[in-house]
Amino acid sequence: MTVPVVILLDGVLYAVVLFLVAAGLTLVYGVMRILNIAHGSLYALGAYAGTFLVVAYLRTGGPAPLMYPALLAGALLAGAITGPLVERLLLRPIYAREEVVQLLVTYSLFLILEDVMKLIWGVNPFYVAGPYALLGTVSIAGVRYAWYQLLLILVALGTGILVSLAIRGTRLGRMMIAVTTDREISAALGINVGRVCTLAFTAGAVLAALGGALVGPLIAVAPGISVEAIVLAFAVVVIGGLGSLEGAALGALIVGITRAAAVQLFPEVELATVYLIMVAVLLFRPRGLFGELEVRRI
Amino acid sequence: MRPGPVLSLLAVAAFGVAPLLLPSWVMFLLTLALAKSVVVLAIALLLRGGLVSFGHGMFFAAGAYTVGLGMKWFGLQEALVLAALGVLVSAGVAALLGLFIARYRGIFFAMLNMAISMVIYALLLKLYWVTGGTDGLGIRTPTILGITPDRLNLRLVMYYFTLALTAPAFYVVDRFWHSPLGFMLRAVRDNEVRVEYMGSSVGRVIYASYILSGALGGLSGILTGFSVGHIVPELAYWTTSGEFVFAAILGGAARIPGPLVGSISFEFLKSYAYKYAAYTWQMTLGVAMLLIILFMPTGLWTISELLTRQVRPWPPSSKPAR
Repeated sequence: MTVPVVILLDGVLYAVVLFLVAAGLTLVYGVMRILNIAHGSLYALGAYAGTFLVVAYLRTGGPAPLMYPALLAGALLAGAITGPLVERLLLRPIYAREEVVQLLVTYSLFLILEDVMKLIWGVNPFYVAGPYALLGTVSIAGVRYAWYQLLLILVALGTGILVSLAIRGTRLGRMMIAVTTDREISAALGINVGRVCTLAFTAGAVLAALGGALVGPLIAVAPGISVEAIVLAFAVVVIGGLGSLEGAALGALIVGITRAAAVQLFPEVELATVYLIMVAVLLFRPRGLFGELEVRRI
Repeated sequence: MRPGPVLSLLAVAAFGVAPLLLPSWVMFLLTLALAKSVVVLAIALLLRGGLVSFGHGMFFAAGAYTVGLGMKWFGLQEALVLAALGVLVSAGVAALLGLFIARYRGIFFAMLNMAISMVIYALLLKLYWVTGGTDGLGIRTPTILGITPDRLNLRLVMYYFTLALTAPAFYVVDRFWHSPLGFMLRAVRDNEVRVEYMGSSVGRVIYASYILSGALGGLSGILTGFSVGHIVPELAYWTTSGEFVFAAILGGAARIPGPLVGSISFEFLKSYAYKYAAYTWQMTLGVAMLLIILFMPTGLWTISELLTRQVRPWPPSSKPAR
């Protein structure tokens, strides 16, 4: 009886984090038509910045609960600083180039960011158990589960809902939908397309960094997590349909549960099962589960 | 520029006499560069069709692991038999995956290749009772045409063995690019829909190119495995594939000598970056790649063309493919 519960809990946990990262990836793709290979690096950057700020804060000896805002602040800073810089300096000059060139540029960015992180935080893994240990554990159907993990699920879900509401409900969100649907017409209507792109990319970067920072206390933050993140996030957005936010949510749930099940039942083929599902989805729906909605992509 | 037969023979001859002139550490790097130039060529082959693969490490690994497993489990010793087997296996892998992947272009093509190579990497890592896991597999000195090479000249023999298989690979791709199928691949890059209008099958062109590219990737892995003597799952890791793409861009993918120039410059760049910038060598690569993409999109090889251009103007009809 415990195994299904563990699979479900872990699966949902993986899913919400993956959703944050994949939502950023799909948002950037939807608005800018660029698949950002360095997106996983933004996730890693968030994980590093968040846990680093927590460690720095705990050293000052302030009240312990304030480390949660520190964790979130790390993610926000990482995303909000890197996002506009990358979009303005690196991506703007290549909007008109071919897809292949855009992929190569973001790949170069991935290489650069990997070493930047090694230079700042070193190559040794970072373990920060503070935020995890402080809240203690709870027993759910006979499985001991950390309160932090439940909190994480709530925060990630809340963020996801907030983002989709913001895209549908606010002026800026609607401008993003307009640019996604037709770049030229939006420009003709007076939308500052460049600014929308910068904002969309920054939002994507913050989402990825947030995913990294939230999961940071649960994992060993070390070089290599960025690759894992982009590989899984790619599977998620492909299953859901590139550019679709609902698709990313469904894809994240599928990938999260599958991964949790594979880790429990057949640990050797964990990654392979995720990709087998992706291939199966693509065979029947080449544009992903929500990919057909060409008219409106986010 | 298509090097004529005279120029090509001269190049092969230059590589043939290189061991007389160069120190042994350079020869080792050159052996590796030659071996890897074949997979860079495989990337360039697809780039001509506007397709970039971030997963050629899987064919590279398929070739190398065929050799390693063939030696470990089937006691095969003959290098040519192992090489033939490795090329067959990697072509087979490409034929199987191509059924699926050849349907995609652009981002999907790039990322699906990467995704599947990551799966193969994970399998090589986790099925350790077959593949040796992270320890990898050792590759013993093979026999070549039944003769066991002398331990003293081993490196020299491996160099010539590599050269002997690399040169034909370049010849084959040159022939392919100048065959109807090769021209069709270029047309697919320019306008896929019109190729269909002409009554040609885009799917068939890409599928055939993909299999040839996979076979070349395998050959490269085989040669690299023989000259390094040890293979690890990282051969299939996506950053390995990324390095191949980098080398292709560095040399320029539009001309036959490009991949060779790219692979040699890459091996030397990498070994110097390791020496002088051990902690920032990925960054060095990234910056170099950005500079090339933004300012020299046709690669290093075209520098020579710029120099010869005033002597022999380039016909406007054959503008550079990239």
